[in-house]
Amino acid sequence: MALVDVKSVTKRFGGLTAVSDVDLTVNTGEVHCLIGPNGAGKSTLFKLIVGLYPPTKGSIFFDSVDITQERPFARVQRGMSIKMQAPSVFKELPVRQNIQIALQERFSGAERDLEEERLLTMLDLASESSKLAGALSHGQQQWLEIGMALALQPQLLLLDEPTAGMSPEETFKTGELIKSFNAEGMTVLVVEHDMAFVRQIAQRVTVLHLGKIFARGSLETIIQDENVAEIYLGKTHAH
Amino acid sequence: MFKLLDGPQTLGRGRTFWSCFLAVLAAALIYPAFADSYDVGNFSYFLIWVFMALGLCLMWGYGGMLSFGQTFFFGISGYAYGVLAINMGGGSTTIAALVLSVIIAMIAAGILGYFMIWGGISGIFFGIVTLSATLVLAFFLGQTAGPEWHIGTARLNGFNGMKGMDPLTVGDFYIEGSALYYVMVALIVVVYIALRMLVNSRIGNVIVATRENPQRAEMLGYDVRKYQLFTFIIGSGLAGLSGALYTSWGQFITPSSIGLPAAAMPIVWVAFSGRSDLTATLVGSFLLLFGFQTITVYSQQAALVLMGTLLLATVMLAPQGFVLGVGKLVVDRWTGRRRRGANPALAESSRLQSDEA
Repeated sequence: MALVDVKSVTKRFGGLTAVSDVDLTVNTGEVHCLIGPNGAGKSTLFKLIVGLYPPTKGSIFFDSVDITQERPFARVQRGMSIKMQAPSVFKELPVRQNIQIALQERFSGAERDLEEERLLTMLDLASESSKLAGALSHGQQQWLEIGMALALQPQLLLLDEPTAGMSPEETFKTGELIKSFNAEGMTVLVVEHDMAFVRQIAQRVTVLHLGKIFARGSLETIIQDENVAEIYLGKTHAH
Repeated sequence: MFKLLDGPQTLGRGRTFWSCFLAVLAAALIYPAFADSYDVGNFSYFLIWVFMALGLCLMWGYGGMLSFGQTFFFGISGYAYGVLAINMGGGSTTIAALVLSVIIAMIAAGILGYFMIWGGISGIFFGIVTLSATLVLAFFLGQTAGPEWHIGTARLNGFNGMKGMDPLTVGDFYIEGSALYYVMVALIVVVYIALRMLVNSRIGNVIVATRENPQRAEMLGYDVRKYQLFTFIIGSGLAGLSGALYTSWGQFITPSSIGLPAAAMPIVWVAFSGRSDLTATLVGSFLLLFGFQTITVYSQQAALVLMGTLLLATVMLAPQGFVLGVGKLVVDRWTGRRRRGANPALAESSRLQSDEA
C-alpha cells in the first residue's frame, strides 16, 4: 500500500525545471532510496515531499490524503519526520534540550525522561547531553538530528543524505540503525549519494536524472541496469 | 507547576537564588518606610518601564524578534487609558480602563503581528516594520492638536498631550505615592514569576527553538507562526501595561513618549542588561533607568549620549549583555566554589593551581 504518492509533480524555478512530471510511490514498510547524479533533482523532490517547496504542478498524497498545499508542520503532524541534508539542530541549546523539544508533544513526565535517556544512549550522546548542540562534531550533529526525527515516532522517516560527513564506521552504524527501525515497521525514504550505504539499506531504488525518473526497481535491478551505470554509477560498478 | 520557576531558560535557581530574590523583595517593600515620597514616586516611575523591557526581552531574547514597536503599543495603551478613563467618568472605572487599554494593545499586536508573521517578515525587516508603525503613530498623534481630534470627551491634543484623566482609583482612594509603588512591585513580581514559568514551560521550549532554527522547529511539528504571534502579543501587551500605568501615573501622555528616541530606549536597556535572561533584564533595566533619570536631572543630552555609549560598548564588548555577563560570572564562581567544597580533591587541585599562578 502506498504511504507516499507523488503524482505528476513538476517544479520550476524561473526558466529552470528542476523536477519534471515525476511520479513516485513509497510503499508502507519499505526502505526506499532516491539516487541520481548531482543536479538530478533529488533534493528538490525531497523538499517538495516535506513541504518546503510548493509544486508548480501535480499532487502529493500521504496516507491517501492530499497534502500538496500543507505546510511542513502539518505534514509532520500527519506522521512524517524529516532530517535535512545539512545538520539542522538548535545549536545554542544543550543536546538534551534538543531531544526534549522533539519529544515533548508525544511524551510527558517519567515516560518522557525514559524515552530521552533511551534516545541519548542509542545515539551515543548520553555523555554529551549537557553540551551545546553546536559544540558537537558534524557527525554527532547528524546523529542528534536523526534522534530528533525519531523522537516523533513517525510513520515515514525522510532522510536527506543522512551520512554526509560521517566516518565509514558511523555510516555503517547509521545504516544498521535505519534497518532496525524499518524492521519495527517504519517506512524510510532516503536521498543518498553513497552507493555503499544504499546497498546496505535499500529495498527499492528510484533513479532521478535531469529532473525525471530514469529508472526504478529493486536494488539488484538498478545495479545491473547498464543505462543507470552509464549516467551515474560508472560502468565498473555495474559488473 | 512551581518547578517551572527554575529551568534551562533562566539564570539563577535553587535556594540561594530565591533567598536573594526574597531579600531584594523585602528591601523593596520596606523602602517607602525609609525614603521620602519624592523618591518613592521616582521609583514607581522607573518600575513602570520595566514591564516594557521584560516584554522586549521575551520577544527579542527568547523569541528572536527584535521589535522597535514597544513604544507603539505603549502609546496605544497609554492613549487608550486616557480616552477610557475620561469617557468612563474616572473613579473605580480606571481599573477597568487599565485592563481594557492593555487588551486593546494586545489586539493591536495581534493584528500587526498576524500580518507580519504570516507575511513572512523576519529578522531585520521585523524591526523595520515595527519601527515604521511606531513612527507613523507618533507622527499621526502629533497632528491631532485641533479640537476636531477627540474621542468622546477626550481630546488628543497633539504635542500638547492628552490630560485630565484620573489616576488609578479604588472607591475614593487614589492609587498614588506609596500605594502606587506597592502596586508596581506586586505587578512586577507577578509578571516576572509568570514569565519565568512561561519560558521554562513547553511553550518556552518552542519559543527558544523558533529563535534558534525556525525551520527545524516547524519540522518537529510546531506551527512556529502561532508561537511567534503569541510571543509578540504577550511582549507587546507588557509594553501596553507600561503605557497605561505611565498615563495613570502622570495623568498625561504626549506623542514624544512614542517617537524614535523613546522607541530606541527599550532596545538599549535590554541589550545592555542581557536580552536572553529575564532576571538580567529586570535588574539591568532598573539600574539604567535609575542612572538615566539621575543624570537627566543635570543634563538630558548627557544622559542620551551615555545611553548611546552604553549601546556601543555592549555591542563591542559584551554582545550578550553586561548584567547577564556579570550574573553568569557570579553563578559560575558560586557553583565552582560549592563543587570544590564538596570535593576535597578538586579543592586541593584548585588551591595548587592558584598557588602556581
